[in-house]
Amino acid sequence: MAERERSLRTEGVVLRHSDWGEADRLVILFTREQGKLRAVVKGARKLHSRKAGHMEPFTRVSLMLARGRDFWIVTQAETVDAYLPLREDLVRTASAAYVVELLDRFTYEEGQNLGLYQLLVESLHRLSSVDAPQTVLRFYDLRLLDLLGFRPELYECVRCRQPIQDEDQFFSPQQGGALCPRCGRLEPGLWPLSRRALKMLRFYQRSTYAQVRSAAFSAASHAEMEGVMQAYFTYLLERTLNTPGFLRTVRRGA
Amino acid sequence: MPLLPEPISDLIHAFQRLPGIGPKTAARLAFYLLRADSDIPEQLAQALLQLKSATSLCPQCFNITLSSRELCEICADPRRDADSLCVVEDPLDVLVLEQTGAFQGRYHVLHGVLSPVEGIGPDKLKIQPLVERVRGGGIREVIIATNPSMEGDATAGYLRQQLAPLGVRLTRLARGLPVGSDLEYADQNTLLRALAGRQEL
Repeated sequence: MAERERSLRTEGVVLRHSDWGEADRLVILFTREQGKLRAVVKGARKLHSRKAGHMEPFTRVSLMLARGRDFWIVTQAETVDAYLPLREDLVRTASAAYVVELLDRFTYEEGQNLGLYQLLVESLHRLSSVDAPQTVLRFYDLRLLDLLGFRPELYECVRCRQPIQDEDQFFSPQQGGALCPRCGRLEPGLWPLSRRALKMLRFYQRSTYAQVRSAAFSAASHAEMEGVMQAYFTYLLERTLNTPGFLRTVRRGA
Repeated sequence: MPLLPEPISDLIHAFQRLPGIGPKTAARLAFYLLRADSDIPEQLAQALLQLKSATSLCPQCFNITLSSRELCEICADPRRDADSLCVVEDPLDVLVLEQTGAFQGRYHVLHGVLSPVEGIGPDKLKIQPLVERVRGGGIREVIIATNPSMEGDATAGYLRQQLAPLGVRLTRLARGLPVGSDLEYADQNTLLRALAGRQEL
């Protein structure tokens, strides 16, 4: 940056926070104007902090930031939406953590990305509605992949380039798409992809949220799609995510 | 060739590993101890040696206690109510609650809080021993005193999942406006709960 602004007025979502120094907190924000950035909230752990309540994770907040030596410093904060319903329900909280973890792992502090910001805000909003968290997350998975440039190929075999027929297939995380049964037999390390799950993936990839919301897929298809998405993310990020395991634990208890 | 003799530079390095202490502070502390009367460094050394060897966790509530004791002072005290249990995140939370003098029951220390984003799951906290302790019977009420934060809420929610089937009364510390605060700066979350929990004048 040639010309560095001294202060910044923006809107963002708090992704994560950690304790910093004696009474401060370091937050990772995803902002509308500057994408992901780190900021310090001075005195956030004091009882009388005017900002702490507005800087909890998964809060959409309107901000004034000042440039400090190492990080931005939050000078004013006011909640736009606290997404309260998703704090009341453990599965929804864990789902929001999944949304946030994926976004955090896939992005660097590299400047504005309005598409991602929009998707983040919409997903948190949907998770605080009555919609099934599963539906919200799978729709988020595919939109996120589109925005990041990892859209999976679901219409032709990634190996032989022949159109995919109406039958059980394989999915290759390495090549980012479906493999026909002929090619799939030749390669190790593939995920089986049933006809139903492929249909579901295609439907989620091409539909709007309103369409996805009113469609019904079986629990088995949901579980299969979730497995394929997890394998794909693990390959792309070269690490396993923290939140899917947590989500499974709390779903069992619900 | 180091500029400082090893005993001093070793101490400086040891201090630097503590939170909030940089190289300058570490050096200042080391030189202070070097020049101070010999009882100050000796006391410090004694206290540091004892810190790990003479303390352990109470096997019932997991609070920090003397390793010579079987149970911690609170668990062993027959005057404390055995039927109400206060669940806290850290040993320091026990300390502040005890300072109020208002709670007469016993404690259970979780040693942390659930954090899905950071990958801290139920298996990393003392949650299973709590479930077994409650299942063991004799407890009427469990007061969940985790912090009023996203992680504290998630932990409370998980404890509700685990403890509700056991038929005990589950309560959580009230939340609202702190003494000396200003309504103008209150966040929606706090204000909504303060309103929901308003009391007769």
